[in-house]
Amino acid sequence: MAKRGDTLLLGTRKGLFLFDRKGGDWRLAGVSFLGIPISYAMIDQRTGVLWAGQDHGHWGAKLSRSRDRGKTWEEVPAPKYPEGEVIKNSMMSVDPKAPEKPATLRYIWCISPGGNDEPNRLYIGTEPGGLFVSEDGGDAWTLNRPLWDHPSRLAGQWFGGGRDHAGIHSIIVDPHDSRRILVGVSCAGTFETTDGGKSWTVRNNGLKSSFLPEPNPEVGHDPHLVVMCPGNTKHLWQQNHCGIWKSDDDGRSWVQVSEKDGPANFGFAVAVDENDPKQAWVAPAVSDECRVAVNGALCLSRTTDGGRTWRALREGLPQEQCYDVVFRHCLDKAGEALAFGTTTGNVYYSNDCGDHWKCLGNHFPLVYSLRFA
Amino acid sequence: MARVAFTRHLHRFFPALAQTPIVQVDAANVAELIRQLDARYPGLAGYLCDEGGSLRRHVNVFVNATPIRDRQGLTDALDEASTVHIMQALSGG
Repeated sequence: MAKRGDTLLLGTRKGLFLFDRKGGDWRLAGVSFLGIPISYAMIDQRTGVLWAGQDHGHWGAKLSRSRDRGKTWEEVPAPKYPEGEVIKNSMMSVDPKAPEKPATLRYIWCISPGGNDEPNRLYIGTEPGGLFVSEDGGDAWTLNRPLWDHPSRLAGQWFGGGRDHAGIHSIIVDPHDSRRILVGVSCAGTFETTDGGKSWTVRNNGLKSSFLPEPNPEVGHDPHLVVMCPGNTKHLWQQNHCGIWKSDDDGRSWVQVSEKDGPANFGFAVAVDENDPKQAWVAPAVSDECRVAVNGALCLSRTTDGGRTWRALREGLPQEQCYDVVFRHCLDKAGEALAFGTTTGNVYYSNDCGDHWKCLGNHFPLVYSLRFA
Repeated sequence: MARVAFTRHLHRFFPALAQTPIVQVDAANVAELIRQLDARYPGLAGYLCDEGGSLRRHVNVFVNATPIRDRQGLTDALDEASTVHIMQALSGG
């Protein structure tokens, strides 16, 4: 199988684009689902299977897999919420007393492989908040009930942020222990299991959410994306709605490390180095109220000291009249390679950890998902 | 038998529909119609309805040129003379 970082997948509003590495650059190798929004796409490194979640405007969320890098596709049954399940109203609902809506699959937000020791296991994070598990390579999916029935969700403490309803956008399987999984839910926060999903613990301690009447609830925070340093799994980062946070103790506590006098604060995406937990990259936007590039100039920001200091990376990126924003799944890293895609269809890549950037294209559709494989 | 016509937007996912512009189905109501169509074109029900069986938000079903009344239970009745159109909203962008 190709080395991770030799393939780039772009899931966009108008289809899936697959690129192969060609020296220091990229070559288009395939286009799939042209005209169809792709919510998330990834290649399972364990099996080489390519997965794509589609967000048909009319026909609902669909799931497909390819065993030949996108030449042919097989639609598999998408996760289904069990009959009778409902989306709980919350304090943030338009009408908390309205009848609860039936829970049905609205969006496939992320797809994640299980551990290397369980090659047939996969996970899907969805709106309205269900985590689905497959034990057979994706032929069938089952709702993880312990998370769905978490007391906080049943009490109406989950709500929509980024989507109409709560959704799971981050699924992290500890590479050293496949029973340890963290999920990020907008809005609820981060949850951890250490028993393969049988029970879940809230991991939001230390977060402050200024958009809530009470900023320190146990549940109700909005991590935009949560990532783990694969080589040092005690260390986590999250780009939160209210800044950048890190944890050095398995998520048991979070510390804010947003840049005080610089652009690294609000955003959606975050990437962490594979081995050095102090190195992370974010894609700044002005603020919650104004989601565009800071000062009309596109940059990523990098820290090499755990967030104490940040450096804006601008070489090769447009510095005038630029209003791009990078969605949460649209920044990825593989070795010294970085790449990101924006809401205005621009895609940039770097071969030196972001010191210099090249443009892959300016005319892509809106980018929802950018993953190395 | 009710006569069913489909939006050509579905042909991409169900190429067999392109071969048969009008499908004849014997069904007492729209829910039964969709069940029978799904048996004939596996997976079609999931494109028209969510897993709870409700018509998807941007899908329209017309019986004799009138939008169906019951988008949740699909209980609108059909008879031998019914003409059914399965369409999608003109959204995109």
